[in-house]
Amino acid sequence: MAVRECVKVVKAGQLAEGIFEMVIESPKMAELAKPGQFVSLYSNDAAHLLPRPISICEVLEDGIRFVYRAVGAGTTEFSKMKAGDTLVAQGPLGNGYEAVLNAGSKAILVGGGIGVPPMLELSKQLTVPHTVVCGYRNSDTFLVDDFKKYSDFVIATDDGSLGTHGTVIDAIKEQGVTGDVIYACGPMPMLKAVKAYAAEQGMKAYISLEERMACGIGACLGCVTKTVHKDEHSKVNNARVCVEGPVFDAEEVEI
Amino acid sequence: MAGMEVNFAGVTFKNPITTASGTFGSGMEFAEYVDLNRLGAVTTKGVAVVPWSGNRTIRVAETPSGMLNAIGLQNPGLDTFLERDIPFLKKFDTKIIVNVCGHLEEEYVSAVERLADADVDMLEINISCPNVKAGGITFGTVPEVAEAVTKAVKKVARQPVIMKLTPNVTDITEMARAVEAGGADGVSLINTLTGMKIDVNRRKFVLANKTGGLSGPAIHPVAVRMVYQVAQAVKIPILGMGGVATAEDALEMMMAGATMVAVGTANFHDPSTTVKVIDGMEDYMKRNNVSDITELIGCVQ
Repeated sequence: MAVRECVKVVKAGQLAEGIFEMVIESPKMAELAKPGQFVSLYSNDAAHLLPRPISICEVLEDGIRFVYRAVGAGTTEFSKMKAGDTLVAQGPLGNGYEAVLNAGSKAILVGGGIGVPPMLELSKQLTVPHTVVCGYRNSDTFLVDDFKKYSDFVIATDDGSLGTHGTVIDAIKEQGVTGDVIYACGPMPMLKAVKAYAAEQGMKAYISLEERMACGIGACLGCVTKTVHKDEHSKVNNARVCVEGPVFDAEEVEI
Repeated sequence: MAGMEVNFAGVTFKNPITTASGTFGSGMEFAEYVDLNRLGAVTTKGVAVVPWSGNRTIRVAETPSGMLNAIGLQNPGLDTFLERDIPFLKKFDTKIIVNVCGHLEEEYVSAVERLADADVDMLEINISCPNVKAGGITFGTVPEVAEAVTKAVKKVARQPVIMKLTPNVTDITEMARAVEAGGADGVSLINTLTGMKIDVNRRKFVLANKTGGLSGPAIHPVAVRMVYQVAQAVKIPILGMGGVATAEDALEMMMAGATMVAVGTANFHDPSTTVKVIDGMEDYMKRNNVSDITELIGCVQ
């Protein structure tokens, strides 16, 4: 269940170098949205045809908060928007973490780079004790104060300027973070490391994947990921990141 | 609305608008956003006798007013298609055009044989996919081969057969004449134009397949020109497609000579594009006192 509507931007701003936030007004999406889902945002320039799938950072009472990196033409356009501007949004889309919210008794939430934002709503909704572990390039971080409101928070930086010098896995080890399930979103090398670490520790891991999409609703078959078992919908070893995902059991995907 | 009806190869459609294969799945994913009952027909994503895995990712890339795709015809195979997709579409008051793909002539023939008993209205044979190595486009670029595969398919087909043509040829009218000679009941054009995009920061091809098919508004004028050329060359009806995003685009296609028009990539930009195109065409007819849409077919001067 998703809605498509022209929405109003109610808040917009920059959080760090290249990292922006945008809050859209949409009571309908706010009612439907689950942590780990995404919303397709459309450019106001029709020359940019395809939606930009942006992960949900926070579900607010009357809308959705996004925190995203400006990387291409679409996200750069969004980053220049101000409160009062409008754009077309379609969502919430994808499975999110909802089905696996009770997968453990103590959870570790791992976010890397622009995979950090979806961990915020997940942290808010998890009822089991958990620690959020976030990896940033350097001390130019974002959302740190938000995370500290809801859980223990551990940081890793590539350059060592804050927290553990190294990866999120280094931080988990160095700072003695424990749990029986990992939820993760971030760049592919991080997800591979999380998958390996979880396997080694005998933990379950649920990872959120990113892939280029054209439709965002499961029709174009652009955003597939290789699966261990035959996918029920496709009948081949490919699942759609936009519908069967973006959250997958790490053991079920060949990354 | 009255006056929107068209007859294409003996089949009556309530209006000339369908979907371009591969941009609409089998309609299931779009049903949440579009009333499928409004469409003249749904043209389904290419299906083969057995499931195909398609290409590696990255499979899609945006380009100015368009996109490249190299999906590689991933499909669940005919068994699933017949058990799941056709019964779903039969719940709606719309016609069904099944797009068929294959690597070899035998594969097209056996798929069409299997479809003979299916409750579908028309077949569209994809002899023009640029993203599969064997088959697909090779059938669509050599006139003798295109004619032969058309004949072979026609021999076993129970439904009217449309051959889908590629624009990646020197002269598309030659291909249209070849499939007409082979007994095709209609032609659809254009499939995507082969393109390429390079990531200059990584110095790598964006698509895993290196090349992909260009679609979207960027190719619309090329498609209109080719529909016009083919309309002058053959007598069989044309299903026109290529960058149709508005009623105006669809009307251009019809005036160039298309009897029906498919909306493709625009479905990704707005899942309800098909219905907006139909509404816009109805509006055009009212404003211009056109009582029968077929008056517009090939009317350009």
